[in-house]
Amino acid sequence: MRVDCNAFIGAYPWRKVPYTSPGEVLKALDRTEIDVAWITHLPSLFWRDPTEGNGWLYKTARNEKRFKPVPSVHPGLANWEDVLSDAANSGAPAVRCDPMYLGLDPAGGEMRVLAAACGASRLPLILAVRLEDSRQRHPNDRAGDLPAAAVRALIRSDADVRLLVTHADRGFIEEVHFGSTPDEARRLWWDICWIWGPPEDHFATLLDTVGHERFVFGTGQPLRLPENSIAKLDLLDLAREQRDAIESKNIQGLMA
Amino acid sequence: MLVDVHAHFLHARTPRADWRERNVSRLTAGAKIGISVHVASILGSWGLTSPIYFPSPRDVSAGNDALLALQREQPDAIRGYACVNPNYTAHARAEILRCLDAGMIGIKLAASRRADDPLLDPIAELARERRVPILQHIWQHRRRDWPGQEASDALELCALACRHPDVAFILAHIGGGGDWLHSLHAVTLVPNVYVDLSGSGVDGGMLEACIESVGVGRLLWGTDLTMDTGWAKLRYLETLLSKDELALVRWKNAARIFPPGAFPAD
Repeated sequence: MRVDCNAFIGAYPWRKVPYTSPGEVLKALDRTEIDVAWITHLPSLFWRDPTEGNGWLYKTARNEKRFKPVPSVHPGLANWEDVLSDAANSGAPAVRCDPMYLGLDPAGGEMRVLAAACGASRLPLILAVRLEDSRQRHPNDRAGDLPAAAVRALIRSDADVRLLVTHADRGFIEEVHFGSTPDEARRLWWDICWIWGPPEDHFATLLDTVGHERFVFGTGQPLRLPENSIAKLDLLDLAREQRDAIESKNIQGLMA
Repeated sequence: MLVDVHAHFLHARTPRADWRERNVSRLTAGAKIGISVHVASILGSWGLTSPIYFPSPRDVSAGNDALLALQREQPDAIRGYACVNPNYTAHARAEILRCLDAGMIGIKLAASRRADDPLLDPIAELARERRVPILQHIWQHRRRDWPGQEASDALELCALACRHPDVAFILAHIGGGGDWLHSLHAVTLVPNVYVDLSGSGVDGGMLEACIESVGVGRLLWGTDLTMDTGWAKLRYLETLLSKDELALVRWKNAARIFPPGAFPAD
């Protein structure tokens, strides 16, 4: 069983990205033997109201059992609590909020209130550090990377919130993990898509220092090749149970 | 056969205490991926006694010596680029000759001097005489100067390549950061510039754009600092290309631009 907790459907506004339709993402899942993908509507991440893409997202996920919807929520908009209710009622495994793309203070009051509400609703909150390497972005794509300090602030802001942080590199993960108490760190999960493999062996190091139970399989597709996260695992000598944990079982802990 | 045209190794006189582990890791991962030959460079002291991208002549020679030693230890698996700093013309030319005579098969230019600078001409001339390619570090679409390097972008490499049409230039790590589409547009019509697919970037659509811009005949497979991304791109290429096309990217294009006999199956 392989679950991709970090996938998108739909066009990207800043460059041409092929194979973004539901059918094409399904083909990529087949190609890479991914059983289930948690999907977010990519274009609406950049809309003033990102929740306007959620209706399409739910409909798409209803039509394909391998897709699980991860709706976007904007805590600066009046409807945000309804979005959480809809997500819970629709069986969404998590909700996503990327404050840097929404122009929000990533550790500000709105995000803290959202984090607390997600904790109360037992809905994990997904945040991306980035979607693209900052060195290659469109000149008008000026959203900064999510600061590690914001993740530390959010995990401390509510005792029930669980965060899944995607597109984080080794330095970011270490800074947050070892900047948190063990209890806080147990409520943090990391997707593996941005972590380097050999020869630098950042991923192997993190599995040793942070622990394999904190990592979940994610790809960032179709913005990134899903083959990368699989290659990263294939380059490790993981015990079967460790690999299973990363590919599917750890995510159960996130949703528990 | 699989040739990694963009590899690096470390050595004892660098800031990295884990240099042995990193070298072993590269070779171990290479065995899993199926890499037949790592064509590698060492950039001086990697910052210990002179900057990575502005290595002193002494560090250049020490780094090349370390690479030659690795090549002697692993003669089947490791080949070398002679890394030089073009600001020291006489040393650079002497170092290239010394390293090629000792068995290296290419020249590595990092970011010590802009690629279109006339100081690179005597190096390109040597590359032509000895029929070896030049791997040029590239910042894909450099919009400003970045600290620690005098990086070049594809337009500047193409200016050099047009002055030396008989030399094969390798545009380094198309996935290594920056606007790769800018680079691909620049190199489309410059037939002696080859695109190295290495780098940490695994952007959806990047490989299709590479194929569309220069065709499979000018693509070279490589890893640089992230072998997982290299393997991912190779796996994806297996779904895009025919077996014959894939062989070009895996090694046959490399065999064409490196000296005859550089690789076992050549």
